[in-house]
Amino acid sequence: MIEWVNAVVQGILLGGLYALFAAGLSLIFGVMRLVNIAHGDLIILAAYLGLSTTVMLGVHPFAALLVVMPAMAGIGYVLQRGLLNQTLGPDILPPLLVTFGLSVILQNALLEGYTADPQKLSAGSIETASLSVGGLSLGVLPLLTFGLAVAVIAGLQWIFYATALGRQFRAVSDNQDIAQLMGLNKAHVFGLAMALALAVTAIAGVMLGVRTSFDPSIGGGRLIFGFEAVIIGGLGNIWGTLAGGVILGVAQTIGAKIDPGWQVLAGHVAFLVVLAVRPNGLFPRVEH
Amino acid sequence: MSEPVLQLVGLDAHYGDFQALYGVDMEVNAGEVIAIIGANGAGKTTLMRSISGLLHNAGDQVRFKGQPIGALRADQVAYAGVALVPEGRQLFASLSVEENLRLGSTVGRAGPWSLEAVYDLFPILQERRNQPSTSLSGGQQQMVAIGRALMSNPEVILFDEISLGLAPVIIKSIYEALPGIIGGGMTAMIVEQDITKALSVSSRVYCLQEGRVSLSGRVGDITRDQITAAYFGVAA
Repeated sequence: MIEWVNAVVQGILLGGLYALFAAGLSLIFGVMRLVNIAHGDLIILAAYLGLSTTVMLGVHPFAALLVVMPAMAGIGYVLQRGLLNQTLGPDILPPLLVTFGLSVILQNALLEGYTADPQKLSAGSIETASLSVGGLSLGVLPLLTFGLAVAVIAGLQWIFYATALGRQFRAVSDNQDIAQLMGLNKAHVFGLAMALALAVTAIAGVMLGVRTSFDPSIGGGRLIFGFEAVIIGGLGNIWGTLAGGVILGVAQTIGAKIDPGWQVLAGHVAFLVVLAVRPNGLFPRVEH
Repeated sequence: MSEPVLQLVGLDAHYGDFQALYGVDMEVNAGEVIAIIGANGAGKTTLMRSISGLLHNAGDQVRFKGQPIGALRADQVAYAGVALVPEGRQLFASLSVEENLRLGSTVGRAGPWSLEAVYDLFPILQERRNQPSTSLSGGQQQMVAIGRALMSNPEVILFDEISLGLAPVIIKSIYEALPGIIGGGMTAMIVEQDITKALSVSSRVYCLQEGRVSLSGRVGDITRDQITAAYFGVAA
């Protein structure tokens, strides 16, 4: 029995990482209806930027976030204004094609720059530290990741609903023309949204790199997990994204408990079941 | 006479291959209230979109205080000091009443209009300030749309079909509030299908017909027959 409880708890904590993968996707889709196929590769890019920062500056991966987050935010702003804004319009195909192309370019550039060798961010003793709670052994790192995910999502929620910037995000999402009449330059607002999304992605990438080894080819898999978390939780609901990540994580660890080969498959099955029963996700945004 | 605050010089406007305005000339002086009348499809809303920057034109076809603004984006035009109350209200559905109003002050121009001033003008909005904007009645939504435009403290305010789809009693109360808005020396253009209402608050009128100005003049100098002729294009 305790093994099953353990599987569920580990799954919940794993869900924190998936929620971090998904938060940026959810934000970008919510503000500008952009489906970013390159999101997974941007997570891996952040992990490699974390690697370079730790190697060059000799700092802890968590300290490297102070460099990687602003760097990713800057990349996001330039990417949005220089490239992605030109693809947005009534037709949903151009952004899909362009971000797919971007995904291929990123993978190959990372391969060229860092080779295909698996890399890992070394966080020292915290990686193996654990707490014993009621017969369960909880890793400090997964706990930290989950706590970060909750903090990130609470932070995004606060930005969206309690700040002038969030008001601008929601206004542009509601009606781009009228938002422009209010003096908002949507190209700039979209740039800020992508900057914020990629700052979150920086956290996701570094936490991924500390938890597991990575190479340039694994972005696609992270994209799928992120997508599934967003869809399970319901589009446009940022707390739903956390719930989606948790459901995906629990499905995977329970699957792995039944048979180690079933881990990823069980997550996909859970996703398909939710999609079949509740096509809008479990917690879709309530329209006023 | 000093330079007009808003001037249209041979304004042509297009939607793709379709031309909606043909060489429209207009002048609006500071403090004036101008009525724009015309049948459906005459180009009234196109005119509003062109002035406010939602539709891009040749730069010098629209001049604001002598500066060409025809090619600017809508947000740049808003910063210059032109606000539009759009047709059909178009409030931000995911924002509350007060958030809609606050968004209107994004450009941060100085002037008499603030949240308090808007609530003084439309007290019902203060009661409803935390409600989702789309939960309000049509008339209250129109008040939010007007308040939102005022929050930018514009020099020129454009009203596009403010009475469309509203009950007569609501239309009456909104027109009663208009002097409180434009009495402060603000320049206004009012697009309206209800000619009597529009003329009751305006000093001059332009009539559009199929994208061209078919009649213009001072309200007192123009006869009903002239308006009918200009409106429908039948010979008077």
